[in-house]
Amino acid sequence: MTYITKPTLHHPTLKPNRRGYLRRDYEGKVSTLCAGCGHDSISAALIQAFWELDIEPHRVAKLSGIGCSSKTPDYFLGNSHGFNTVHGRMPSVLTGANLANRDLIYIGVSGDGDSASIGLGQFAHVMRRGVNMAYVLENNGVYGLTKGQFSATADPGSKSKRGVENTDTAVDTVGLALLMGATYVARGFSGDKEQLVPILKAAIAHPGAAFVDVISPCVAFNNHSGSTKSYDYVREHNEAVSRLDFWPSREAITVSYEEGSVIEVPQHDGSILKLRKLDGAYDPTDRIVALNANARAAAAGEVLTGLLYVDPSADDLHAHLSTVEQPFNRLGEQELCPGSAMLERINASLR
Amino acid sequence: MKRIEAVNDFVIKFANVNGSGSASANELFAKSFLRMGIPVSPRNIFPSNIQGLPTWYEVRVTEAGWLGRRGGVDLMVAMNPQTWDKDVREVDPGGYLFYDNTKALPPSKFRDDIHVIGMPLTEICNATYTDARERQLFKNIIYVGALAALLGIEPGVIAELIGEQYKGKEKLLKPNLNAFQMGYHYAEEKLKDAVGLKARRAYAVGDRIFIDGNSAAGLGMVYGGATVCAWYPITPSSSLAEAFQRYCARLRVDKESGRNRFAIVQAEDELASIGMVVGAGWNGARAFTATSGPGISLMAEFIGLAYFAEIPVTIVDVQRGGPSTGMPTRTQQSDLLACAYASHGDTKHVLLFPEDPYECFEHAAAALDLADRLQTPVFVMTDLDIGMNQRLAKPLRWDDARRYDRGKVMSAEELEAGREFGRYLDVDGDGIAYRSYPGTHPTKGGFFTRGTTKDRYARYSEEGPVYVDNVQRLLRKFESAKKLVPQPVLTASKEPARFGVIYYGSTSPSMHEALEALAARDIWVNALRLRAFPFPDEVFDFVQSHSKVFVVEQNRDAQLKTLLVNDAGINPASLISVLHFDGTPITARFITEEIAKIVSVLNVRPIKKDKAA
Repeated sequence: MTYITKPTLHHPTLKPNRRGYLRRDYEGKVSTLCAGCGHDSISAALIQAFWELDIEPHRVAKLSGIGCSSKTPDYFLGNSHGFNTVHGRMPSVLTGANLANRDLIYIGVSGDGDSASIGLGQFAHVMRRGVNMAYVLENNGVYGLTKGQFSATADPGSKSKRGVENTDTAVDTVGLALLMGATYVARGFSGDKEQLVPILKAAIAHPGAAFVDVISPCVAFNNHSGSTKSYDYVREHNEAVSRLDFWPSREAITVSYEEGSVIEVPQHDGSILKLRKLDGAYDPTDRIVALNANARAAAAGEVLTGLLYVDPSADDLHAHLSTVEQPFNRLGEQELCPGSAMLERINASLR
Repeated sequence: MKRIEAVNDFVIKFANVNGSGSASANELFAKSFLRMGIPVSPRNIFPSNIQGLPTWYEVRVTEAGWLGRRGGVDLMVAMNPQTWDKDVREVDPGGYLFYDNTKALPPSKFRDDIHVIGMPLTEICNATYTDARERQLFKNIIYVGALAALLGIEPGVIAELIGEQYKGKEKLLKPNLNAFQMGYHYAEEKLKDAVGLKARRAYAVGDRIFIDGNSAAGLGMVYGGATVCAWYPITPSSSLAEAFQRYCARLRVDKESGRNRFAIVQAEDELASIGMVVGAGWNGARAFTATSGPGISLMAEFIGLAYFAEIPVTIVDVQRGGPSTGMPTRTQQSDLLACAYASHGDTKHVLLFPEDPYECFEHAAAALDLADRLQTPVFVMTDLDIGMNQRLAKPLRWDDARRYDRGKVMSAEELEAGREFGRYLDVDGDGIAYRSYPGTHPTKGGFFTRGTTKDRYARYSEEGPVYVDNVQRLLRKFESAKKLVPQPVLTASKEPARFGVIYYGSTSPSMHEALEALAARDIWVNALRLRAFPFPDEVFDFVQSHSKVFVVEQNRDAQLKTLLVNDAGINPASLISVLHFDGTPITARFITEEIAKIVSVLNVRPIKKDKAA
C-alpha cells in the first residue's frame, strides 16, 4: 500500500535511546507485503533490536536479494543505505561492501528461494569466509511473488496450497550454516517476537558470520493445513532450546536467574549472551551438539528454535585477510599509490 | 641448398613438452638478446594442460623492433618427439632444425631443403647427471648454451642472467652455469658455423621494459588505487589477480601495523567475484575483477544491475578463443559484443582497448577513474597475446601530481549544508548524478539501491515516463563517456591515402609492421587505432574521409565493425573487414597480404555490376 504516506508525528511520551533516536527513527517505508505476513513481524523485530542496541541507523547497511523477504529492507531503517541486489547473490555483494568499509554494520536479508535455491552456493561460501554480518533468512518454504511454488526449504510431504505434495528433500539452512562455519547460528519464529528480538540483537553484535533462520509463515500461499511452515504448525512443533538475553557490556544485569539454569557466553566486544536453558544438556558453544540437536529435531518433525550455536572466539574475514583498521573507502592516493620513484625501481627490475 | 642468412632478424621456435622445465630456459634465451640491445618478441603457445602435452615458445629476434608475430620459422629447436613431423614441416626452406640426435632417426623424418643440426643432448646429460629431474632440467640449459654459441650470443650476457636468476641460491647457480658452459663449448667445437642466423650487439632496446600485460595491469590496479580484488581462476586472466597479489604484498602493506591495504578474495565463481566488486564499488572502495569470456557470460546479470543501479565496477577481460571453453589457451578479440552489450535489457558499456603492457597499466588505472566518474562498469579488453606474453614496452610512468577521480560523491558536509541530493538527479547535464556512500550522514543522503525502476530521488516507481527519463539520462551519460575515454591514435600515411584502416588492442604491433610493408608496395593507408568504446565522433569523420576503411580484428564475426555500424552510425558499405581468428596472434604478413589483395581488386575499375554476372 505504497500510496499511504506514513505520518511523521509521534507520541510525545516516546523515549529516545542512548543515541537520542526514537523507535520511529528505525522504521522505514510502509510495507507492501500482505497483511499478516511473517516478514513484517521480522522487520518490526529488527527495528526493535536496532533501537535497543542504540545503533545509529545510518551506520547500518542493509542488503538483500530478490523476493518478498528481500523487499523488506525498504521497510525498516529508512535513513540507512539499502541495496536490493540480484536473486540469490546478496552474500557476495554484502561481502564486497563489508570489505570496502569495515566500520558499518551489515545486515543481509534473504528468503528461502533466494538462499536455499538460486543462492545456495553464495549462502554456503559467505559463511565459510566468516563475513561479519547478521544474515536473516525469512523462511516460508514457498515462492510468494511468483505465486506459490515450493521452495527448497519445503519439507518432504508438506502440501502446497493447490494440494500438491512436495517430494524433494528440504535444504536445512541451519544445518548448512553450521557445517559451513557460521559462528553464530539461531532459529526464530516470526510469531514469537519475545524470542526473536534478543536473537537478532546478539546476531547483530556478533563479530563474525551470524545466521538467523526465521520461520516466517506466508499467509497467502503457505499457511494452510498440510504446510509445515504455517503459524499453527510452527506453534505446535516449536522446540526451543533456550531463551536468550543479550547484554551489552555496559549494562548491569538486573534479571535474576534460577541457579544452574543459565549459560553465559562472553563476546569479544565485552557483551554477554545469557542463555536460559530449556533443555538441560544443551551446550550452545559446541558445534557438534548443535548439528546433532538440529538433525534430531528435524527427524522428529520439530522446529528447533533459539540460539543453537555461538563461537565465543569468532573473528571475521577482515581478520583472516589482515586488513588495516581504516575503512578502504577512506584511503586515498597517499595510502594506496606507491608513487613514481617506486615505479622507476620496478621498471629497472624489468630490464 | 639455400641457407637463410640473417643478422638480428629471425624467428626461433622451441618445441617442448609441457612441464619439462623448458619455460625458464627459453625465457633466459629470449632475455639474452635484450641484454645485447636487440629487441625480441617471444610468445608462448601452450596447451590447456599441466604436464605432458606439447608446448611451443616462439622468439622473434627483431632489431627493427617489430613486436608482432612474424609467421614462419627460421630455426626450430625440436625437443618434442610427439610433434616432430609438424615441427619439421614448419621450418622455412633454407632454415635450420636443431635436435637431440642421441637416438638415430630414419632419413624419412627429415627434409632435404633444411639444415639439420644434431647434438646428443640426452647422451651428454646421462653422462653428467644421475638424477632424472636434473637430466631433464639441465638438458634445457645445455641447449641454450649450444644455441648461444651457434647464434653468437655473448656468453657473458647469459652468465649474468643466470647469476641474477639464482642470486642467493648458490647451490643452483653453479650447476646451471656449468650446464650452460657445457652446451656452449660443445657447439663451439663441434657445430662451428652451422647456422647462418647471427646476433650482433645493437642499441635498439633503449629504456624499454620486458613485462607481460597481466602483470602490468595488476600493477596498474595497485597504482590506480584498487583495494578490493575478487576473482575466480580462469586462463588467461589468473596471472593478473596473482600479479595484483604479488605487488600488493610488496607495495600495500602498512609498515607500522604490518596489515594490508588491500583485500583479495578468490571467490567461488565469477558470479560471486563480480558481486563482491559491485558491493565494494557501491560502498566507495575501488574494486576490480579479472576474467575471460566464460566469466563475462556468468557475470552478465550483475553487469546489468551495476549499469542500471550505477555502480562503479572495473572488469579486465583477458580474451581467449570462444565460445564455451573454446580455445582457452589461444588468443582472440572475440568478447567485444559480449562485453559492450553485456546483460539483459538496454545496456551498453565502456570498453578500453590496451595495445600492450604499457597500456594495460595505463588503462587499468584509467578504468578505475572512469568507473568512479561514470558510475558504471568499465571493461579493460586485453587478450591472451598481450596478457600472458612478455613484451617489450615503454617504461611505466606515474605522475605523482595525479589525483584519483572519485567522481561525483556527496560529502557529509554538503548534505549537512542542505545541498539537494537526488541519487538519479542530473544536476549539470552530463547524465551523471551524485551518489553518497553508505553511512555518510545520519539523516540525509540515504537511499535504497535497486535494480528496479526508480525516480530521480531513488524512490520505487514503475511509471513509464519515470523509467524513460532515467534510461534517457543513461544515454546522455554514455555520450559523456566519449570525451572521457582514451582517444583514438592516428598514424597518418606519408602519401595521400584513399584507404583507411581501423584496428585496436593486440593487433597493434603487427598493424604497424604491415603499414610499412604496404607502403613498400606503394599502398598508402591512414591508420586509426581505437582505444575505447564508445567511439568519439572523430571515428565517424575518419571513415567519412576515406573511400574504404579496413577494420582489422581477431574474431570471426567482425565485432568491432558491428559496433561501428550500430553505435557510430557508420555505413557498413564503407567498411571492409580483415579477420584473423585461428587462435594464433595476427601477423603483419597476414594483414599485408589481405589488404594488398583487396586493394588490387578495388583499384581495378569494376565492370558494371549488372553485366558482371
